[in-house]
Amino acid sequence: MDFSIIFDNIGIYFEGLKNTLMLVSISLFVGLIFAVPLAVLRTSKNLFISGPIWVYVYCFRGTPLLVQMFIIYYGMGQFELMKSSFLWIFFKEAYFCALFAFTLNTCAYTIEIIRGAIENTPHGEVEAAKAAGMSSLLRFRRIILPSAFRRALPTYSNEIIFMLHGSSLASVITIIDITGAARIVNSRYYSPYEAFLTAAVFYMSITFIIVWLLKKLEVRWFAHLRRE
Amino acid sequence: MLNLQGYGPSILQGTLLTIELCLAALGISMILGITGALAKLSNYRPLNMAATAYTTVIRGIPDLVLMLLIFFGGQVLINQLGPMVGYEEYIDINPFIAGVSTIGFIFGAYMTETFRGAILAVPNGQLEAGYSYGMTRFKVFSRILLPQMVRHAIPGFGNNWLVLMKTTALVSIIGLNDMVRMAALAAGATRRPFTFYLVIAINYLILTSISILILNWLNKKYSAGIIKD
Repeated sequence: MDFSIIFDNIGIYFEGLKNTLMLVSISLFVGLIFAVPLAVLRTSKNLFISGPIWVYVYCFRGTPLLVQMFIIYYGMGQFELMKSSFLWIFFKEAYFCALFAFTLNTCAYTIEIIRGAIENTPHGEVEAAKAAGMSSLLRFRRIILPSAFRRALPTYSNEIIFMLHGSSLASVITIIDITGAARIVNSRYYSPYEAFLTAAVFYMSITFIIVWLLKKLEVRWFAHLRRE
Repeated sequence: MLNLQGYGPSILQGTLLTIELCLAALGISMILGITGALAKLSNYRPLNMAATAYTTVIRGIPDLVLMLLIFFGGQVLINQLGPMVGYEEYIDINPFIAGVSTIGFIFGAYMTETFRGAILAVPNGQLEAGYSYGMTRFKVFSRILLPQMVRHAIPGFGNNWLVLMKTTALVSIIGLNDMVRMAALAAGATRRPFTFYLVIAINYLILTSISILILNWLNKKYSAGIIKD
């Protein structure tokens, strides 16, 4: 093995690192923003409100991210209407398509996580809020959502890691993320070990940093449950 | 819109390959999972550390990177080892074997965690009772531990299976003719990518839905006689 190849090309990896972090953070952020209200609506008893959200979540959780990305990146070009509309400026860009697919995907998973957390709210908390005369909006804002976020955090941590790993698929549609960088180095020098092991080290480092940060957040959020 | 223009049979062939791949990978991952779980719970330190290293490393690296590493790296490794044992010809790695072993290897790590949790959920007193009857370690495992851990393992196992199925889509990248690749070929020939990828998405949804039904049934079956709180 000859890791001098990697040192000569480390710039590509850092370029890839930048792209990976951008894709993951933007899609997670936007996904979360949309997931919270949708998760609240998903718990509605009105089928016309919760039904469509259920279908969306079921479809996106039931199909591979790769296929979703292909439908958006390759599939949209099939429609003349799409090609002639202003949206085509976005959909012809691989970067936008990857971002769009990742966001839709993580949003679906996040809705399911938050919904689970909302439905597991202890009855007593809700009853106490009702007894105190809170309106349903106030109840959601002050009681149900804060307590649901706490319960959702460990599962959401997993989703963050999954998204980080899922983002490696962007390399398939020509984006140079960390995996894309490794594929370039591999095809240039035919040195799969060096190329992909370096990518693996990059991903593992990010994973451990994220896990460490989330542990700290968990300690903070669960401070009231700690035993002294 | 769902006019497949004669590509139906090839998509179906790809679907069958996907299913084969899923089941083969599941088999490998279960064997690795149970081995890993027993290793993690054993008192022998090196075994313990090896299993922990395995699960930590696998869960830190994306599936795609591991697959590319095993597929391209394995190719180089085998062709370096070949001449050493006197085999001179160039060896191609079969993508099916590369795909199955990679996916099995990855999900072995997830199964290890699931099975470890399930084993821990069986009360220790049950195992001690078994030993005090004079059962051997293997008998305690097969008669007491295994039947009871199945119930605790099913939810986690089901999750792993659903994720595993979706992960198999990646094998299309290393050139295996699974349904995603068949769809890509058809899409290229007919210039109808949306139609073909949509069909594949529906296929995956059907597989997922069937799996969920079976898993619910299994869960019900193995929870018989357990009172839910």
